[in-house]
Amino acid sequence: MASKQKEWEEGLLCKSLQRAPERREQFVTTSGVPVERLYTPVDIAGKDYATELGFPGEYPFTRGVHPTMYRGKLWTMRMFAGYGTAEETNARFKYLLEHGETGLSVAFDMPTLYGYDADQPMACGEFGKCGVAISSLADMEVLFAGIPVDEITTSMTINSPAAIIWAMYVVAAEKRGIPRQRLGGTIQNDILKEFIAQKEYIFPPGPSMRLIVDTIEFGAREMPLWNTISISGYHIREAGATAVQELAFTLYDGLAYVQAAIDRGLNVDDFAPRLSFFFNSHNDFFEEIAKFRAARRIWAKEMRDRFDAKEPRSWLMRFHTQTAGCSLTAQQPENNVVRTALQALAAVMGGTQSLHTNSMDEALALPSEKAARVALRTQQIIAHESGVTNTIDPLAGSYFVEALTDRTERAARDYFQKIDALGGAIPAIEAGFFQREIADSAHRYQKEIDEGKRTIVGVNDYQTQEPTSIPLLKMDPEGERKHLARLNRVRQERDNDEVRRRLQGLRQAAMGDANTMPYIIDAVRAYATLGEIMQVFRDVFGEYVETPVL
Amino acid sequence: MKERRKIRVLIAKPGLDGHDRGAKVVARALRDAGMEVIYSGLRQTPEMIVETAIQEDVDVIGLSILSGAHLPLFSRLGELTREQGLDRVLIVAGGIIPDEDMPAVREMGIRAVFGPGSSTTDIVDFVLSNAPQDKG
Repeated sequence: MASKQKEWEEGLLCKSLQRAPERREQFVTTSGVPVERLYTPVDIAGKDYATELGFPGEYPFTRGVHPTMYRGKLWTMRMFAGYGTAEETNARFKYLLEHGETGLSVAFDMPTLYGYDADQPMACGEFGKCGVAISSLADMEVLFAGIPVDEITTSMTINSPAAIIWAMYVVAAEKRGIPRQRLGGTIQNDILKEFIAQKEYIFPPGPSMRLIVDTIEFGAREMPLWNTISISGYHIREAGATAVQELAFTLYDGLAYVQAAIDRGLNVDDFAPRLSFFFNSHNDFFEEIAKFRAARRIWAKEMRDRFDAKEPRSWLMRFHTQTAGCSLTAQQPENNVVRTALQALAAVMGGTQSLHTNSMDEALALPSEKAARVALRTQQIIAHESGVTNTIDPLAGSYFVEALTDRTERAARDYFQKIDALGGAIPAIEAGFFQREIADSAHRYQKEIDEGKRTIVGVNDYQTQEPTSIPLLKMDPEGERKHLARLNRVRQERDNDEVRRRLQGLRQAAMGDANTMPYIIDAVRAYATLGEIMQVFRDVFGEYVETPVL
Repeated sequence: MKERRKIRVLIAKPGLDGHDRGAKVVARALRDAGMEVIYSGLRQTPEMIVETAIQEDVDVIGLSILSGAHLPLFSRLGELTREQGLDRVLIVAGGIIPDEDMPAVREMGIRAVFGPGSSTTDIVDFVLSNAPQDKG
């Protein structure tokens, strides 16, 4: 084979190149990984099918986590949504469900993400701007009113205050007679990537990890259908990381959570099946597919070999995907429909379990109803019209895709070694390692665009002068006032002595080493607000300030 | 001949917004262009930003915000810079700021807004040609 290839290179190829050189000297992926002209059996020689690929639903899960994949059940179409008041977001959820989405995903506003009530000074100007405002159980009850939470799963993008928002969801359901054991869904609850990329941390790393292990332990004991963490590469990628950096940093974070839970004394097989992941799907089609396949394989090997997990369910990586927000352009926003479609297709070819597709208007504002519907329709077209769901892992065996999958795995493992050498995830965060790696990649990417080495259609090439004219979302101008009125009512109508007692109980738990979840649930049930509960933790744990890395 | 001092720029992140990719990329581009760049870090109130601007004696403040909370934050910042007599300081912004907010944003003293897709070359050029000359 190799000699035949050489013959072709020196003969036909050489003549062709003399006549017409290629468009570029080097071809690279979006992440800058060189791509060869041609891949052949030589590139995957010596690959053992059984150990490196295997069958769907079996170790090492390269080909997928279910034996039938999308022939059995399509991925969950889960659109990330939330803005303004709980009423407005509830209406958006119902709209998306009516149009065929199959899972819910909540976006919270900045004050909620930072654990402030809407009337605290730090919340100034931020109400409902990039998600829904949730200040107490009363808001959570409105958010899910009329939605069958025992039949649909809900993902919540919440990190530092994850335990409290989760408790609100649980109590709101229980008040409707739905036991917590029947609730399915996910809290993001991934603080390491907050320190690394998204920066919505509050407490220092130590107590932050303690709260996460509290939720993992509580979930393993009481909520068998809940994913207690969604270990996320999405935000790492959005901050500028390459595909390999996203993969390596995310999986390394995953290893850190598993170790922390084991250090608490938990049995790995009791919690590992409820760990879930969340990746970005960017522009480079094959690079993304290779990343997803490599992710499953690395995780399976690590769980089996590093942590000695015995249950196959502990080895398999289930993940959600979101198309790349950072790839969307404000210029000619309709083109974003096409970008999103390609990215979504890569996620499906990569075997995702659930998917959010971005709306075309997201470089300009929160998605309008129509734009969100087109994004959802994109998934439905892939599912029902494209034919890619008919067979499992259709790109397996492609010389290129297999070679790229292998290369991606190796590159991720190189990062594992570097982070190990720094002493692990938290020391690497404190040393600014991840932050610097990501800033370097973001800088390089932007420089390539500015220098015209990388083409972004409509931005640095194929520009038009026409003004953008897509209708943007308008929020209820009275929303903040309505929300604050409900918050005031809650504070007036609840038993304030009971709230104080329960917050005091929580404070004691936080100062000691009890699992805080039952105390949080108690406080939430008495309508203690998000800001009040978080203030207890702020007092006990302190707040983290990062040393910025440029 | 008196040598002109380097342009001093404060890149700041007002409000709770944690998206710092753009702020960092712009900070590096300005630094590469020979300016002295101070980065505020995250979660800055308008008061903190103005205080840093005074302490660091900057010529330019670059505000980066993607959360949608720009109007109240920029408005407060505009008031504070006027109160503190920082009229000579060039203030520019970047992030997601809808067209319809532009007149209000200009009114608050923001001289230019660089939205998604802006090139760092354009940002550098604007700062170089609009930063205040040596103090009189």
